[in-house]
Amino acid sequence: MADVLGIELVINGRPRSLEVAVHHTLLEVLREQVGLSGTKECCVVGECGACTVLVDGRSVNSCLMLAVEADGHAITTVEGLASHGQLSPLQEAFLDTGAAQCGFCIPGQLLSAQALIDSIERPTDLEIAEALAGNLCRCAGYEQIFAAVRQAARAEAP
Amino acid sequence: MAVAVRRFAYERPGTLAETSRLLLEAGAEACILAGGTDLVVGLRDGSIAPRVVIDIKRVAELGTEAISRMDGSLRFSALAVMSEVEADPRVLDGLPALAEAARVVGSVQIRHRATLAGNICNGSPAADTAPPLLVYGATVVVSGPNGERRVAIDELILGPGRVALERGELVSAIEVPIPASGVGSAYTRLVRRRGTDLASVTMCAAVDREDRVRLAYGSVGPRAFLVRDDSGVLADPEAAPEARAAALEELLSQASPSPRSIRASPDYRLAMLRVLAMRALGVALERRAGSASRG
Repeated sequence: MADVLGIELVINGRPRSLEVAVHHTLLEVLREQVGLSGTKECCVVGECGACTVLVDGRSVNSCLMLAVEADGHAITTVEGLASHGQLSPLQEAFLDTGAAQCGFCIPGQLLSAQALIDSIERPTDLEIAEALAGNLCRCAGYEQIFAAVRQAARAEAP
Repeated sequence: MAVAVRRFAYERPGTLAETSRLLLEAGAEACILAGGTDLVVGLRDGSIAPRVVIDIKRVAELGTEAISRMDGSLRFSALAVMSEVEADPRVLDGLPALAEAARVVGSVQIRHRATLAGNICNGSPAADTAPPLLVYGATVVVSGPNGERRVAIDELILGPGRVALERGELVSAIEVPIPASGVGSAYTRLVRRRGTDLASVTMCAAVDREDRVRLAYGSVGPRAFLVRDDSGVLADPEAAPEARAAALEELLSQASPSPRSIRASPDYRLAMLRVLAMRALGVALERRAGSASRG
């Protein structure tokens, strides 16, 4: 019988109380317990970024974080980017530029890019490259992803 | 279906004393969890199989301030993460080589979780922050069942995966003296590709007002080595090239790269070690000149 602990957290703006196994990662709990399968499991060693979520606004690999460590924190997954059935400007930009090919890496790309444009008003290409260095795209759609981030950053800058 | 992490007991102590008690009880069957970026990988692949994982993020004494100024030093709590280290204006100004090393660890996601103390305690010969901490003469604050003790980082780092901690002890902070003005320092490393990679060679250099040079380099032996040359020849633009080459050879003689590494061959590592040493030293000299001209 696995040890279980009660945690309180906010997922995509909604407060949640969960009972989680202490050896389960945040990734497993999001996908299998909460039912948010937008966050992807891929390399499970923190290299590919497919499992990226925001914890208190900062991008992290949810495959390397235990769910119990999320206790008391606010989590944003890709499901939290759209609101009231409307895609976010960043998601629209990914569609406009054709940044999503097979789509598997896109939830992670979106969250890393969102954290970037939330913290830097007009990121340079170097800053975009650094912010997305932990998100691999095996379709190699990097040019279009860059274009999407530039477009969304322009649209959000005052 | 998710690739599961093996089962363990989870403890979340609120004080250093409680942490030491838990560590004392469990001994080698316990692991400390701070950032977890290496630990969780090991838990999943089974290379680390502790009975109990002790999460120190709720330890009151560690949580007050990640980075604080005390006298002539910066104190990094065991919970200070790389993204805090790389962006802190006091680090950028006073310990630029440490900021440079923190900035190249993993990816943004990793740097939001990985701690400076964890980078050292993990004992990787390729740890990016070990060379600058050695060059700056960092002191590690160790908390244990009998209170606190301080140890030079050069004595803490032993070899692959090994640090000089006794049963019941953990690193609670790292204190780094800020060099006097007129010291230039720089960190550089060799990787196989741009972006996220472990270093094939790491190198930090510092040169002071009296032309004394300190180098620390890693990923070319069981641990990062700290060496010094007080002759002044390496900082002297007038020195004969042969004299400088000889001094450099002497400093780099500790390197013994493993022939079994998948990242680079020993010959390549040794050749690049010299290149990186000259590069880091060159930047350190430029920075020393810059700091002198600022007064």
